Amino acid sequence: MAKVPIWDLPDVPTGELPPHIQLQRTRVFCKSDAPTNTENIQYSGAYASMGVDNSLRLDQFRSNFKVEVMRLNEDDMEFDMIGIDPSIANAFRRILIAELPTMAIEKVLIANNTSVIQDEVLAHRLGLIPIKVDPRLFDYMSENDVPNEKNTIVFKLHVRCERGDARLTEKRRLTVVVLIFNWLTEWYFKMGMACHAVTSDELKWLPNGSEFLLATENSASNSTSKPKTYTSFSCSQDSLPQFSKNPITLKHPDIIIAKLGLGQEIELEAHVVKGMGKTHAKWSPVATAWYRMLPEAVLLQEIQDEKATELVQKCPTKVFDIEDVGKGKKRATVGRPRDCTLCRECIRGEGWENYVALRLTIESTGALPPEVLFTEAVKILEDKCER
Amino acid sequence: MELGSVQDQSASTFSLTDEDHTLANSLRFTLNQDPRVTFCGYSIPHPSDARVNIRVQTTGDPASEVFKDSCQDLMLICQHVRSTFDHAVTNFKN
Repeated sequence: MAKVPIWDLPDVPTGELPPHIQLQRTRVFCKSDAPTNTENIQYSGAYASMGVDNSLRLDQFRSNFKVEVMRLNEDDMEFDMIGIDPSIANAFRRILIAELPTMAIEKVLIANNTSVIQDEVLAHRLGLIPIKVDPRLFDYMSENDVPNEKNTIVFKLHVRCERGDARLTEKRRLTVVVLIFNWLTEWYFKMGMACHAVTSDELKWLPNGSEFLLATENSASNSTSKPKTYTSFSCSQDSLPQFSKNPITLKHPDIIIAKLGLGQEIELEAHVVKGMGKTHAKWSPVATAWYRMLPEAVLLQEIQDEKATELVQKCPTKVFDIEDVGKGKKRATVGRPRDCTLCRECIRGEGWENYVALRLTIESTGALPPEVLFTEAVKILEDKCER
Repeated sequence: MELGSVQDQSASTFSLTDEDHTLANSLRFTLNQDPRVTFCGYSIPHPSDARVNIRVQTTGDPASEVFKDSCQDLMLICQHVRSTFDHAVTNFKN
């Protein structure tokens, strides 16, 4: 520690740790056989004998913490969080996967299914389709609730495979004679080789609620009032302001739900309900969310010429670069540490070291844009604390 | 739910229902950083029940106070993270 006159010392001891311990505190080492120094030194009194205060200072955290966004699309984003602890980062990741609510198909009322796909398999596939709607506009529905426009969305699917609208799943080949083509199509159908693929854009949104009638005993006497259906929407969903301009659709219109042969038909209604990933993975708003630590590669000695070219070639993700230091000599530098996948290919040869610092990458797909998802996740962690 | 002895307020175990590693690990981290805490840890008695036991031992202060303070700290951390993140996203978009 440097010698400082005693009247210049601050009131609270904020001494500096010797550099090698500082390095140990903030980085995980990646040696050739295993990573070392992976635990965080969290205890507040850990460095008390050195006179360094390791406790959590909120203002220190505030001044050190930074977020840098690397990439932001409609579907995914990648950003760095610098200065945060992995336990909090892991909490965010867990919340993103399991505890952010979304909407997914829960109940499927099947009126007719003569396809080769079984009812339950079809219902399972429908449940996994992502729906493009903001789950914050809806309430949860429990067992005893009546499905109404605040907690349910209704989709309808009614397809039938006819001879006329044959859609061959193989690419159409240009034929010179159209007659042969028509004959071929018929022949394909007879052989059962051509199918009508039911894609997810054939699911139609019903803003007025369910159209299937509930079977009640005195249905004849209720003919004057509105017939009772499976849902009781008091007003049409597209009269609500948020939906009148943006109708509720599915995120990807080209997902194949089923394939129908000639004469087969599917008629069903699907009810969409809000839920969390904890109950079933279909309610998870992200395809996945993951974080990793930012790798930092440090060359312990200068590596030149043939060794430098060798090093550059060794790395499978091209982390190293060659820098010309005049007189034809080459020197290796670390160009892109982000791309380093910590494969340790380079350590096998010679002496240099690999450290890992802290960053977080989150990738998400789904109904909500990813930055909104993250802020929601943080809010949820806050709410948990309040309880 | 808090279990501790009546005489010694500085050490007790908090049993939280409907929680798992998500909250418990972050709370353990903030508790550890508090200089009044001598020991802190969490355990999950059985993975099928959603229940977490957090044990806190302090240097004299009542354990529930310290626990509440660290919950507040975690909330402040979250708020700060959220605002920094929002700034970063708006900066990126421009």
